[in-house]
Amino acid sequence: MVDSGNASAPKPSSSVKLVLLGEAAVGKSSLVLRFVNNAFQENKEPTIGAAFLTQKTALPTRTIKFEIWDTAGQERFASLAPMYYRNAQSALVVYDLTKPTSLIKAKHWVAELQRQASPGIVIALVGNKLDLTKGAGGEAAALPAEEEGVEGEGEGEGDGDARKITTQEGRSYAEEEGLLFFETSAKSGVNVQEVFTAIANAIPETQMKTSRQGAGGGAGGGTQAALGSDRVNLTGGKGEAKEGCAC
Amino acid sequence: MPHDASPPSKRSSDRQNSGDRASGASSNGKEHGPPSPGKDDNIDEPAGDARDFAESSKAAPPPRLDRDVRPPLPPRPTNISLIQDSGAIAGQRQHQSPRAQLLSRATTAISKADIQAQPHKDSPKKVSPTSEQSTPPQGPSQAFGSIRSLKGLGRSDAGDTASIRSFATTVGHGGDNESLLGDGLFGSSQDLPTWRLFSNEEGGIEPEELDRSEDEEIDMNFYKEFDAVAGVSEVGQDEEKLIRQWKAKQKHFLILTSAGKPVYSRHGDDQLISSSIGIIQTIISFYEANDDHLKGFSAAGARFTIMSQGPLYLVAISKLGESDTQLRAQLEALYMQILSTLTLPTLNHLFANRPSTDLRRPLKGTEVLLSALADSFTRGSAPALLSALECLKMKKSQRQIINNTLLRTRCPSLLYGLIVAGGRLVSVARPRKHSLHPSDLQLVFNMLFEAGGIKAGGGENWIPICLPGFNKNGYLYMYVSFVTASPSSSSSADNNNNDEAIENPEDISITQDTVAILLISADKESFYELRKMRDQLIDELDKNNSMQTIRSAIRQGRPAPTDIVPGTVIRHFLYKSKGNVQFMMPSFEPHFPTMLDRRKLLSLYHALHAGVHAKNAHLKVYHCISRNAVSLAWVTPLFELYCVAGPNASRNALAQSANKVIQWMKREEERVFIIGGAVF
Ligand SMILES: Nc1nc2c(ncn2[C@@H]2O[C@H](COP(=O)(O)OP(=O)(O)OP(=O)(O)O)[C@@H](O)[C@H]2O)c(=O)[nH]1
Ligand SMILES: [Mg+2]
Repeated sequence: MVDSGNASAPKPSSSVKLVLLGEAAVGKSSLVLRFVNNAFQENKEPTIGAAFLTQKTALPTRTIKFEIWDTAGQERFASLAPMYYRNAQSALVVYDLTKPTSLIKAKHWVAELQRQASPGIVIALVGNKLDLTKGAGGEAAALPAEEEGVEGEGEGEGDGDARKITTQEGRSYAEEEGLLFFETSAKSGVNVQEVFTAIANAIPETQMKTSRQGAGGGAGGGTQAALGSDRVNLTGGKGEAKEGCAC
Repeated sequence: MPHDASPPSKRSSDRQNSGDRASGASSNGKEHGPPSPGKDDNIDEPAGDARDFAESSKAAPPPRLDRDVRPPLPPRPTNISLIQDSGAIAGQRQHQSPRAQLLSRATTAISKADIQAQPHKDSPKKVSPTSEQSTPPQGPSQAFGSIRSLKGLGRSDAGDTASIRSFATTVGHGGDNESLLGDGLFGSSQDLPTWRLFSNEEGGIEPEELDRSEDEEIDMNFYKEFDAVAGVSEVGQDEEKLIRQWKAKQKHFLILTSAGKPVYSRHGDDQLISSSIGIIQTIISFYEANDDHLKGFSAAGARFTIMSQGPLYLVAISKLGESDTQLRAQLEALYMQILSTLTLPTLNHLFANRPSTDLRRPLKGTEVLLSALADSFTRGSAPALLSALECLKMKKSQRQIINNTLLRTRCPSLLYGLIVAGGRLVSVARPRKHSLHPSDLQLVFNMLFEAGGIKAGGGENWIPICLPGFNKNGYLYMYVSFVTASPSSSSSADNNNNDEAIENPEDISITQDTVAILLISADKESFYELRKMRDQLIDELDKNNSMQTIRSAIRQGRPAPTDIVPGTVIRHFLYKSKGNVQFMMPSFEPHFPTMLDRRKLLSLYHALHAGVHAKNAHLKVYHCISRNAVSLAWVTPLFELYCVAGPNASRNALAQSANKVIQWMKREEERVFIIGGAVF
């Protein structure tokens, strides 16, 4: 609720459905908590089912209201995922920079999204827990993930560096697949707002549902059905996504 | 007499029945014994009350609807039929989801006892927990007729009357213990605990272990009870020390597979508990191999209670003095949590395919829920002890408005709708043909209010959950939204709560100013529909001032005992309305401010509860005098009352207060309890 105050300025506003996917405990809920409440919890409990949150974010020309599905990473909830990404315009696929299996899982999710979700869906690949890697000091906060990552890359595993997945590995995969790419820390807040802003920027205006309707009523089968016709196959979508990534 | 006809097991008795029994009991009570020790003019009081109580609740028409006389609130007692209408088994198809058929099957569950019917049951030779639970605590008719005289009790007024039974727990009264406790009450029943902190009757612990220094040590330990035991593999950990820490815990819960694989342990990591798991598995399977089923044993001042459920063994190790039956109910709740996560078919399937399955993986994320349950048992939980719910007290007409609002805004896929405030139930909407089981609500409340995760996440939630009492074979979907009870921010979740406040889950902030809206459906796609209903519901509740009502009811909190009975010696009490499967209690303040105070209080309640629910203890009134308290349990077919007064209170005064409490309850019944509810 932190920054939502200035969001009430009379700009055009539109809503964006976003889903978070990724292995258990990679920090999906923590990213959302950081984005929505600007807070962090050291021992966050696993999500059960899914949580639905909304948060407004102000862009220079408009206000975006994110309708966020924070899904549970536990295996047993996987079968419910389609319900959450089915109508999503964007997805955050999260992995844990300190856990190799989590990138594999992330790739699975990306593949599933590309196969099953709305064709124009904007996907951001997010390597989280950057604070656990070397060179994740305070000054890194200002830097886009990539630059900072490049430095850390060659160094391998130095003291106190729990990084298991290099920035290069994540980024080149993201490039191949046309995904936005960020390395974040929900704990320190690095790059969290940036991910959401980049997503907001990457979604073509035509795909957004304008103003109140979507926001308030964002409910009901009716809206969902309407959204179905909204599905525009934007071949340009991926290209734009890359640009957004370089912001 | 009517109660003569009542069978020892009243599993499928309906309300009419219990009403009859009630009148029977009350007339009986007139003859044989109210809780007042030996004063004739007191004797009539409770009896008359009991009858009136029966009549009033029988007469109370289920608000709205041409319904039968069944208790209108969904949650049912384990010992009363959980079927709403026994004919209602098939054909409940208004929910078109693939789960629809599961709905109809659920109604076939008769009671909690049904749910635990698993291949490996408890010993047929001994009294099984199942049968214990489905037995009405009053037992057969002679319960009311028995007269047991009291001899030699230190502070007893000589004229103690019928069916009053007392025991002393103080070391000072030690000389009397034998004669007081020798027969009937505990001694003759195999199913009874052999070890009990507060009653200290037979077996297990030696009397001197209960002296003050021991008590204090227990007190000290209790404050460390919830501290984590570090992992063995963590650097710099001395395993000896860890094991000492582990052993110092007052209570353990272990779950293992029959193949000996660890599933869950409240304390200690796998490595630390592996030897204990091995020993326990060896002991259990030794008995199993001989076609016997080990139910429990005492060792080292702790009671070990074992429950075998399908492919799982659940073990409780307690130094807190609960009875086997009570511990088994706790294990049962843990098992229900496992079912709630997996469903029974999934659980069975996993083990049918591979008996050596490691259940930790499929249960991942459920540990926090199991631990939240375990810790609530360790802290002591009145709802768990009584298998009953607590409601938010408000005027009948106000609740009616809320009920009607729920019904008006109900969407087609709604199965159950609940409004919960301050951890207490405000209103329930349900289909006429489906009740809500206390054990299911226990799981839901545990998930939402004890385990802080969901609430701390903020936002709304969509949770697949199996409610085993409803249907152990499939999932339902639960929409959860926490709403701050102020009109302005009605749709925003309350994010500023820290779940550390759990130590005092009642009075303190965690659940204080929030109202939880729980909408349950069998349709996994119905999130947006339920969400819309939530919006309408909140909107209307705001408009018709009900949010305001709820808010002030929360703010008012529970009344103090002296608000209920001015000048009473009672420091705390539990009143359970059996027909409604609800209970009422006053505030813990001012006498029980700390967690430890409450644990001791709850231990006393456990002892009283065990006393009146003991097999063969056909008691109606049960006194207990200990160093710290004088207490009383009073059980009729309609209610159970447990009261605790200070150590110097006279039993007379306590009994009189108890009568006054009953009078008050009778007067306030329709405010304190949800009677009727929103049925559609
Ligand atoms: N150091 C560090 N820890 C983090 C970060 N993000 C999350 N965590 C921790 O990682 C654990 C899991 O975080 P969650 O946000 O619950 O992970 P999740 O992906 O939502 O997990 P599921 O809900 O089970 O799918 C928690 O203990 C968090 O405190 C981070 O950026 N840095
Ligand atoms: Mg999560």
